[in-house]
Amino acid sequence: MKLFKIKGGVHPKGRKELAAEKPIAPIPLPSLLRIPLQQHIGAPATAIVEKGDLVKKGQLLAVSRGAVSAAIHAPTSGKIIAIGRFIAPHASGLPAPTITLRPDGKDEWADIPPPLDPFACEPEEIATRVAASGIVGMGGATFPSAVKLNLRNRNALHTLVINAAECEPYLTCDDRLMQERTAEVLDGVAIICHALGVSKAIVAIEKNKPQAYEALKTDVKTQSRFDIQIVQVPTRYPMGSEKHLVQALTGKETPARALTADIGIVVHNVATAHAIQQAVRHGRPLISRVVTVSGEMMSQRGNFEVPIGTPISHLIEQCGGFIGEPDRLLLGGPMMGQPVSSQRAPIVKGVNGVLALGKKETPARQSMPCIRCTSCVSACPCGLVPYEMAARIRADDLEGAVEIGLLDCIACGSCAFVCPATIPLVQYFNFAKGSLTAKQRVAHKQEETKRLIQIRDARMEKIKREKQEAMARMKAEREAKKRQKELEEAAKAAQEDGQSEDCSEEQARAKA
Amino acid sequence: MFTAMSALLIMGLILGGGLGLAALYLRVEGNPIAKEVEDLLPGSNCGQCGFLGCADAANALAEHKADVTLCPPGGKSLAAELADKLGVEADLSDMEDTGPVIAFIFEDLCIGCTKCMKRCPTDAIIGASKQIHGVVDDACTGCKKCVEICPTGAITMREETSTLQTWHWPKPDLPLAS
Amino acid sequence: MSSIDIPSGPYSHSGASIPRTMGLVLVALLPSTIFGFVVFGWPAIFLFLTTVLTAMAAEALSLKMSGKPIAPFLFDGSGILTGWLLAMTLPPWSPWWIGAVGSVVAIMLAKHAFGGLGQNVFNPAMVARTVLLISFPIQMTQFLGPQPIFGADAPGLLQGLGITFGGHPEIDALTSASLLGSIKTQLGQGEVLQQILSREFDLKSMAIGLAPGSMGETSALLALVGGLFLLVTRVISWHIPVAMAGAMIVLSGLFHAMDPGQYASPLVHLVSGTFVFAAFFIATDYVTAPGTPVGKLIFGAGVGTLTFVIRSWAAYPEGVAFAILLMNSTVPLIDTYIKPRIYGRTRKGDPIQYKDAEQGDAG
Repeated sequence: MKLFKIKGGVHPKGRKELAAEKPIAPIPLPSLLRIPLQQHIGAPATAIVEKGDLVKKGQLLAVSRGAVSAAIHAPTSGKIIAIGRFIAPHASGLPAPTITLRPDGKDEWADIPPPLDPFACEPEEIATRVAASGIVGMGGATFPSAVKLNLRNRNALHTLVINAAECEPYLTCDDRLMQERTAEVLDGVAIICHALGVSKAIVAIEKNKPQAYEALKTDVKTQSRFDIQIVQVPTRYPMGSEKHLVQALTGKETPARALTADIGIVVHNVATAHAIQQAVRHGRPLISRVVTVSGEMMSQRGNFEVPIGTPISHLIEQCGGFIGEPDRLLLGGPMMGQPVSSQRAPIVKGVNGVLALGKKETPARQSMPCIRCTSCVSACPCGLVPYEMAARIRADDLEGAVEIGLLDCIACGSCAFVCPATIPLVQYFNFAKGSLTAKQRVAHKQEETKRLIQIRDARMEKIKREKQEAMARMKAEREAKKRQKELEEAAKAAQEDGQSEDCSEEQARAKA
Repeated sequence: MFTAMSALLIMGLILGGGLGLAALYLRVEGNPIAKEVEDLLPGSNCGQCGFLGCADAANALAEHKADVTLCPPGGKSLAAELADKLGVEADLSDMEDTGPVIAFIFEDLCIGCTKCMKRCPTDAIIGASKQIHGVVDDACTGCKKCVEICPTGAITMREETSTLQTWHWPKPDLPLAS
Repeated sequence: MSSIDIPSGPYSHSGASIPRTMGLVLVALLPSTIFGFVVFGWPAIFLFLTTVLTAMAAEALSLKMSGKPIAPFLFDGSGILTGWLLAMTLPPWSPWWIGAVGSVVAIMLAKHAFGGLGQNVFNPAMVARTVLLISFPIQMTQFLGPQPIFGADAPGLLQGLGITFGGHPEIDALTSASLLGSIKTQLGQGEVLQQILSREFDLKSMAIGLAPGSMGETSALLALVGGLFLLVTRVISWHIPVAMAGAMIVLSGLFHAMDPGQYASPLVHLVSGTFVFAAFFIATDYVTAPGTPVGKLIFGAGVGTLTFVIRSWAAYPEGVAFAILLMNSTVPLIDTYIKPRIYGRTRKGDPIQYKDAEQGDAG
């Protein structure tokens, strides 16, 4: 198949050999599972269990809320011992709403939905099943998969691209999955094809995974329902960026601020395809995932099937702990991964790797001033001028950075990877994007405040008016009573003294 | 010599006269910047600045009759923005920068008198008579009116803590790169 | 330095560093430098050492004055590179103070007055060369033919010290003008170019560098070798040298075709003066060149054009330094208007629009 060039990119050391030969292994259950309610992009899920509930494996713990959200299920059977806030697997180390489950060790399955015959049922049914199974994009973006399956209602689709590039160094979980569960993965690809209503799929694998490529290549011959092509793409970071992968395969650029679906292509991660297959064929929700544990400081490296909610520390213990104090402990790959703020934080649906990097692997050097060497310009896959954006952000000119394309940055880190001055370019961009969002939030709050004040003012006005009206009414009533009384008195007087009738009537009229 | 002098004189007269006429005919009624300043202010009319409301404060600011540091809920960032808008140099070093603050009610001390509820300009305090009140964080502008009125001192201001949704990477601090 | 924490990713790095980049440039300079030492002897070596050491001292002093940490900046290689480049552009038997003054001007005036590393608008070595040329026109045009270091007539070690540090009255007897210089003078005297060239121009010796000229610039071939090394190691990109040479070839070719008696051929222009050396080592200076490939092409073409204009019609025989400084001043403008096309957007910055968004298969 003809491939197309993508702009920029870098060639970090793969280091995949550290874990590439290790088969996927299960790990024993930890004593506690911490299951965050938000493991996906979009609105957090709403818990439907309560403290003290006994749950079975695969039982629904939290339902999705709103259009973009994902359900969450129990990874094993046990007791809900808390629903509260707990450290999230996030760079900030801030807490997030979390369900704590104490496994009972029986690992009993709940009543899970029956298997679907994917090619006999309607595409909607598959999407519904995927939504009910809480499946999200497992490459790290964690976008709810069902939403992507439903894109066929919005766009005319023609191709499914399965992202098996795994361009991040160290990570081998997708590689192993393709080698060990080849049939399931390809079945998953076919199921997604059916759900999207497309006849063509391309599975894109980087050239550094020849075994996975061969395995898929051999197995794909056994199925003929869809036109599935297995394609090797050059080993270059960030080949796994959805829009760049599509460009490499089709030569078409996705327009800025648009989705690949707008050019007729939907991209799913290969691990997602596997998860979808499990949900459709076996009714199993997404309650575990394959995680690569690697890095120089890890005493044992490998690929593990980890239940969602397993504390990072538990996974590390199962791998024999560290050889020495790691310089960096990361979730995800070294290019776009996040630092672990606490080892107590859990593994969630989007975590594809736990890396303990040593000093040799992650050289921390002092940042020097930019010498405008323009390495970052050549490395940027998005055609941006990173050094200029960073300079503007440093001068607090965020709008200026937006003008030259800040919002088109995908934060892939290629620029910072090549920077000879080791300027933390990505952090500048993340900071700027975050501040801009915060500013919008403040502006929104100000609008809301004004609205609230207006409502309150209106209410106060109304209360005041009502009070006045009430007082006026009361006064009128009082007056009326008084007049009545006087009239009565006058009438009485008139009865008593017929001569003064005219006079008293006049008096009463004057009073009224 | 004479030509040069007369030429300059005539030019001066024409240009000066033009400016004078322009001032007469193109005069802008009111101060347009007051409106822009008002948009910057929180709009809660809390009165901490000593003016009757945000619009009043904006007018004073636009006429340079008030200091850009007048608005406590706006904090340092607002002061900087105002200084920028009005083109004045402001000494912001004295200003304590606490970041945005919001009210917090100690439940033990709250007697449910509803005074703060009635006082709150944005209806950010919820509750009822004889019941413990609570603050709706998103609606609180940090105007401190409730703190002043609370008979039991149950209300304090606390810094708005960031959440996973609001947190973002801080700006890199590079000593060498400047 | 590992205590410095870079909290945000990526947590992997290519290993590129400023000292490494600068080091590669120094390596690329070695052939030209060694050749200069051999051809011009001890005085050249002493002048070189004076210039580089003064540059380092000026760098240290400037850092101290501006309150910056000295060690990381002094050894980042940029200061030594500036001094080195400046030395390469000086007449090899100049007195020591030419090198010293030049270094101080380059480092303190052209670099640190603008804010130090990465902040300067103009190339420091070229600023220094220009300041020297205007201030000390006699010393800066006292070129001399090759005096191989161990040749019979060449000055020995002590004599060399004398020439560089003692002032050397006899130097006048040895000096000769550079090719460009004599072309300019003799054209002014009404001679025809062909005659001048047939007398003074020998392509081979010009290309190899056995001709009067500055210390490191005479050999176009060795400069080319160094330049190719920089291209291979990806320290520089091809855009600026190619655009510079291209503009020069086109312009000089055009005028040479119209009037060969007045305008030298492209070949003469390319091998004479500092053209090749500047194309690879000076014009490609990161800090003072544009940031995008297209910008670099414009910049290079501008330098080539201005060099030709100055050489042909201005008062100075050599125009590369002026051309580079002039184009340096246009870099902010070029960088403002020339930007790469952003992914998913047109050159104007609007999102790409496909005419037929729902077309069939694209693979």
